[in-house]
Amino acid sequence: MSIVWEMIFKRLGLGLLTLLVISVIIFSATELLPGDLAQAILGQSATPETVAAFRKELGLDLPAYQRYFNWLFGALQGDFGTSLANKRPIADLIATRLGNTLFLALYAAAIAVPLSLTLGILAALYRNSIFDRAANALALTSISFPEFFVAYILIFVLAQSGLFPSMTRMDPNTSLGEALYRAFLPALTLTLVVTAHMMRMTRAAIINLLASPYIEMARLKGINPMRVILKHALPNALAPIITVIALNLAYLITGVVVVEVVFVYPGLGQLMVDSVAKRDFPVVQAVALIFAAAYVLLNLTADVLSTLSNPRLIHRK
Amino acid sequence: MSKLNSPMGGISRRGLLKGATALGAAGLILPASVRKAMAEPKRGGVLRIALASGNTTDSLDPATWDSTFVQSFNTARCNTLTEIAPDGSLVAELAESWEASADAATWTFKIREGVTFHSGKTMTTDDVVASLNYHRGEESKSAAKPYVDPITDIKAEGSNVVISLSGGNADFPFILADYHLVVLPSAEGKIDPTTTDGTGAYVLDSFEPGVSVKMSRNPNYFKTDRAWFDGIDALSIVDAAARQNALITGEVDVIDGVDLNTVSLLERAPGIKVLPVTGNQHFVFPMDTRLSPYDNNNVRQALKYGIDRDELVEKILRGFGSAGNDHPIGSGQRYFNTELEQKTYDPDKAKFHLKEAGMDTLTVQLSAADAAFAGAVDSAVLYAERAAAAGINIEVVREPSDGYWDNVWMKKPFCASYWGGRPTEDLMFSVAYSAGAPWNDSFWDHARFNELLVSARSELDDDKRREMYWEMQAICANEGGVVIPMFASYVNAHSDKVGVPEVIGTNQGLDGLRLYERWWFA
Repeated sequence: MSIVWEMIFKRLGLGLLTLLVISVIIFSATELLPGDLAQAILGQSATPETVAAFRKELGLDLPAYQRYFNWLFGALQGDFGTSLANKRPIADLIATRLGNTLFLALYAAAIAVPLSLTLGILAALYRNSIFDRAANALALTSISFPEFFVAYILIFVLAQSGLFPSMTRMDPNTSLGEALYRAFLPALTLTLVVTAHMMRMTRAAIINLLASPYIEMARLKGINPMRVILKHALPNALAPIITVIALNLAYLITGVVVVEVVFVYPGLGQLMVDSVAKRDFPVVQAVALIFAAAYVLLNLTADVLSTLSNPRLIHRK
Repeated sequence: MSKLNSPMGGISRRGLLKGATALGAAGLILPASVRKAMAEPKRGGVLRIALASGNTTDSLDPATWDSTFVQSFNTARCNTLTEIAPDGSLVAELAESWEASADAATWTFKIREGVTFHSGKTMTTDDVVASLNYHRGEESKSAAKPYVDPITDIKAEGSNVVISLSGGNADFPFILADYHLVVLPSAEGKIDPTTTDGTGAYVLDSFEPGVSVKMSRNPNYFKTDRAWFDGIDALSIVDAAARQNALITGEVDVIDGVDLNTVSLLERAPGIKVLPVTGNQHFVFPMDTRLSPYDNNNVRQALKYGIDRDELVEKILRGFGSAGNDHPIGSGQRYFNTELEQKTYDPDKAKFHLKEAGMDTLTVQLSAADAAFAGAVDSAVLYAERAAAAGINIEVVREPSDGYWDNVWMKKPFCASYWGGRPTEDLMFSVAYSAGAPWNDSFWDHARFNELLVSARSELDDDKRREMYWEMQAICANEGGVVIPMFASYVNAHSDKVGVPEVIGTNQGLDGLRLYERWWFA
């Protein structure tokens, strides 16, 4: 096991370094964008004097490196600062939205992961059958449509008939059951979007192994095909499947802004887009770091699980 | 427009100055009289409304209210000194009455007594002075700064606030109706721009930027014939399809910014009414008149004759608007020039003007992005298509919406833009057409026009004033640097459960931003 702990610590250290590098990149990228918050907020009503006064108030007249180190110093102490635009603490701005985003991601994952694993395994079992072809065709169709299109179709079919709400409004008093009901359509949209990837990877990974001699052996022993797949093939196919699941989970956390907009779901994506448009640098920075951390942690988890699933990696000689 | 004939519409300059007290009183009676034919408003219900604007960067700071979402809920939370009535006239709000010195350069506002903030604090003249001062001076970052710049001094005298201007301005009380210039509680001569307090019809319960705002009725509101809803639940839904879905499925009662491409589908939905309101909002293509070839008025005239206004109204606005005549005054405004010839699409005249300018063909670049107005890029392409017949070759440059106002508007010599319109002729011309004005986007400098602008501002005689504004509209149309092809209506939709006043404010969207206190549940 020590090899796993060593890996976790090493990777977490590297992860922190990655986050630092990302914060520099994000900062430079927002600096490269034309204009700043003062101009973006005042928009058409900006005059040179009001923009200058606004900049001074926000400290945007300081040199770039100074602003970056001010931010970094605060962030290292756990203070992500306040939004430049509305002076609210970023922690408050992000807290509810992060909760919403994680809720939706987990909800979608809770449907999508078992669904795609089951479909993938069944497709491998009955490969080239009608079932396999139909499952593949459906999954590929839903991944090929843009997300907003899938969302509109679901709204047209399921919301306009009154079965489910077309908007997802949640507040702290919403009960879990109610929240699951209200967020069903966005979760279903995301499920349709991510299922194909995981399902096809599961199918491919298993089929890949079915030609190996040890599977041949198992078959010759007369074990039934389902057992061959679950007991013999799946454990060895886990590594690529786990990696793909982790990538899709990261996508569910970071890439769902379109779904958020269509279903009026207050998640992090919309916050990120608005803050980039208005050049609200501290908010962009904080959200970007959350997204980056999600990727780092999920990848780490995937690697740890893959290692654990492979005795050859644990008991290295 | 019925506006011109209504008893309140045609206030004379003298009437405005002298009869301000009577006007204020009349203003409070007005809503009942204009609604005679409608069902009586009644109290009750929580209005759920979805708006197209709203951003996670929205704030409570009155210096920065930049979208209908923040403007409307803050207009419900706070009050200004004066209010623009639905018919476009000016009525009293936190100021009970006002009068001007003979030269219209010193204005005395009598502040209403007994008005309390939601916190229970009584509003004082000091609050008024501090609130207006917040937008003035060196350190002001306020979008309303150019409006209050002419103010040289504000002081409280008993129950009055006396404001001195650098020059006479007969329309000054109109400026104080601007949604930025709300009165907030002050301490030691300063307001706290992050306060949630206000004197308005609704108390702010929660505000999550870019998501929603919840408000409940202010039981101590000083207007007794307003604020019919028990509460307001306003949502920001940026996606047009999601917004319309919310209305159709009954999740909200009112939406703004109806998608004009699908408006016919919405009209067919049961229980839904589409409500277009003709406003002063107009879409423009300003040219930098300092630069060649736009410094030649014949070129500008050629470009004005090369655009097919009716086609743009039909195809871009789907009929929800009217053709513009290259000046920014709306047909509902007091001094709209009714006799000015409407410019139409005329390639021959365009060619004639090109020839006068010594050219056979003209090639120009027109920068556009949908940040300027919805459909700006399509409008530019249509413009290019039609202008080609007159030998004008317009190359449409598609600009990014992001940063449009910093990088394109007033930077590129010919671009797309819009104006929300202003309640008075003077304000509109001063803001965007007077020489040296910060937002004069055509960099136009016309001696006669500028001279008329200043003299009309302090002219007492209504007829003379009308004459001046008519001449200014003609100059603007025939010599100005802005192509104004269309005036766009505000298109809202609501469920038939919502009661709508007969006369709806046109100075801004959402019934002059006062939908929350003027509408009711039928």
